[in-house]
Amino acid sequence: MNKIVSKEFLSDNVVKLEVDAPLIAKSRKAGHFVIVRVGKKGERVPYTIASADPKKGTITLVIQRVGKSSRKVCELNAGDYITDLVGPLGKATHIENFGTVLCAGGGVGIAPMLPIIEAMKKAGNRVISVLAARSKDLVILEEQVRENSDEVIVMTDDGSYGQKGLVTEGVEQVLRHKKVDLCVTIGPAVMMKFVSLTTKKYAVPTLASLNTIMVDGTGMCGACRVSVGGKTKFVCVDGPEFDAHQVDFDEMLMRLKAYN
Amino acid sequence: MAMNLLSENLNLMSEHLQSERAQPWREELRKSIKNKERTEFPRVKMPELKPEIRSRNYGEVNIGLSLEQAMGEARRCLDCVSPSCITGCPVEINIPKFIKNIERGEILKAARTLKEASALPAVCGRVCPQERQCESQCFYTQKLKKEAVAIGYLERFAADFERESENISIPEVAAPNGTKIAVVGSGPAGLAFAGDMAKAGYEVRVFEALHELGGVLRYGIPEFRLPNEIVDVEIEGLKKMGVKFETNCIIGKTISQEDLRADGYRAIFVGSGAGLPNFMNIPGENLIGVMSCNEYLTRVNLMQAADDESDTPVYKGRRVAVIGGGNTAMDAVRTARRLGADEATIVYRRSEEEMPARIEEVKHAKEEGVKFLTLHNPIRYEGNEKGQVQRMLLQRMRLGEPDASGRRKPVAVEGDELWVDVDEVIVSVGVSPNPLIPSSFSGLEVTKWGTIVVNPNTMQSADTHIFAGGDIVRGGATVILAMGDGRRAAKAMNEFLKSGTVG
Repeated sequence: MNKIVSKEFLSDNVVKLEVDAPLIAKSRKAGHFVIVRVGKKGERVPYTIASADPKKGTITLVIQRVGKSSRKVCELNAGDYITDLVGPLGKATHIENFGTVLCAGGGVGIAPMLPIIEAMKKAGNRVISVLAARSKDLVILEEQVRENSDEVIVMTDDGSYGQKGLVTEGVEQVLRHKKVDLCVTIGPAVMMKFVSLTTKKYAVPTLASLNTIMVDGTGMCGACRVSVGGKTKFVCVDGPEFDAHQVDFDEMLMRLKAYN
Repeated sequence: MAMNLLSENLNLMSEHLQSERAQPWREELRKSIKNKERTEFPRVKMPELKPEIRSRNYGEVNIGLSLEQAMGEARRCLDCVSPSCITGCPVEINIPKFIKNIERGEILKAARTLKEASALPAVCGRVCPQERQCESQCFYTQKLKKEAVAIGYLERFAADFERESENISIPEVAAPNGTKIAVVGSGPAGLAFAGDMAKAGYEVRVFEALHELGGVLRYGIPEFRLPNEIVDVEIEGLKKMGVKFETNCIIGKTISQEDLRADGYRAIFVGSGAGLPNFMNIPGENLIGVMSCNEYLTRVNLMQAADDESDTPVYKGRRVAVIGGGNTAMDAVRTARRLGADEATIVYRRSEEEMPARIEEVKHAKEEGVKFLTLHNPIRYEGNEKGQVQRMLLQRMRLGEPDASGRRKPVAVEGDELWVDVDEVIVSVGVSPNPLIPSSFSGLEVTKWGTIVVNPNTMQSADTHIFAGGDIVRGGATVILAMGDGRRAAKAMNEFLKSGTVG
């Protein structure tokens, strides 16, 4: 049982929860995820850790209300408890000074992008962030992203904020004019697919953080498997980050609909 | 030196057994019925739920013996001078002693005898392959060429009787010695280890990655073969002995090896299991509806996905194929029937004779309407436009020369293939060790298969303060072998911590 310390709405459907989890706060690194279960009949669902405060002993999760399980988490309030929380899981992001790093985050994916932006900046990289969302109210954590980026491009589908257009247009703007050494992308699978296709054109190495269906999250079940370079990999233990140019996104998109 | 110690141990063990056997009540009991008469009693039959009822519900298939049946069966045991059955038991239960206690009606004493050696008697009485262990070494099997004494049924009877009597005995625990021991994983290896160490006075804490305790006993073995309630009671017993449990904690992730040392844990036992399912790497294996047996069973057993109120979904195919011939494959295929499959089929590349599953499991599956397609092997799956599996291409096989396992090797019959319609495929072709511990611990020696290398007598790893057992060492074995490992590790670790060396 982990207590929710604070709750904040980042938009109508996006909730930021600060959760008491001292051991995870201490051991987690950028890129790690946790498995969350709410209620005794609840499902085990993976969420990437957005940030952590080891002194306070808390981790922060940013969750979008999309289905039954995420709704259950979002309905919890400060003072309530998450039934089960386990982690940190997966492999941490490989952080080093690559040179210029382009971070493309879409929607709620901006939240787990943030610790990577911070770590990349800290490692001495020039960081360019592209934030994309459907509309202005879904552009989250912009301030924190700006604090850690050398340049920020905001894209909205409806043009209600920043530039009107898809994430790929923002990414391409950067790639056309600048030498980028690495791109990291987190967001909906379809968004990452197109970011990956775009960076492939420019031959920029790209990492995508995949969020697949999982049950245990520790390598036990294989529900999360994806094809990477023609080989089956488990997102939970081999990932969640993979060479985006090798990921079979179409298969991943198909598998995400397994229980719809 | 190891050999000397081993034979010394055997001598000690047999002396102890002889003195137990010489007790007046045992002698009296032996005289009460002539051996010839004993051998003429037929072996008891396990009462079972009717197949047509059980194949659609989760009730336990084996109902259990009645007191009369158990006492009757116990009379068959000859209380041999040298009880070879014990040599077949990985945890060395004093089998004649517990059976003779049943014969004289002292069922609670029988249960206590079981607990001297086994942390989980009600579990073992259900899931051990007794026909390959104690019962295969029984005098009846070995010398009389008759059916063995039903040791497994009797074990289960005694354990169940004790539980239902609500008179559960807690094994004696030595005075606390203040030494902290960490156990990684709450499966059979970890539980057996924890029980023995608690008895020896250690302060034992078991760390479990999942939200429920029991490891494979919880997520793997279905309710109809091992009810969750049984696992709960056995774990409750360990808690009463002072063992502490922590769920949702992954050693190597949540807490590191160094953290454990810093927290004052003197030694670690790793029983993290074989939690990585194998796939066959054939085309179409990532289609929707194709999954590992681990995923399928975890959804149904751990997450209770068949319960309408559970948030976890599970595929409920009408035409389900389970690939493989082991006990897990039988568990999966029988679960599929219970989830409503009209056709549930085992697809196995060898013949029934080579199947690793227990005979009883195969028998039960057949009674429940499971089909067996032996000497077939899938080579491709195809799906519809949504990516849902629709059919599988099977390669016909024949048996060739024996392979390294001694079983005849399956060989493809070239050009002989057939398509079979399916809407769900469960791949049950073995598991590999969970990589979490080997990849996050330093100082361990790991094989190319990912198993931890240990001394097989002491279960001590290359790091003298880390011991390991069960599937993380064996790669994929049975509950009772894992428990045997846990017990050996406990004995050796106790010696090591007291004297600084192990046999």
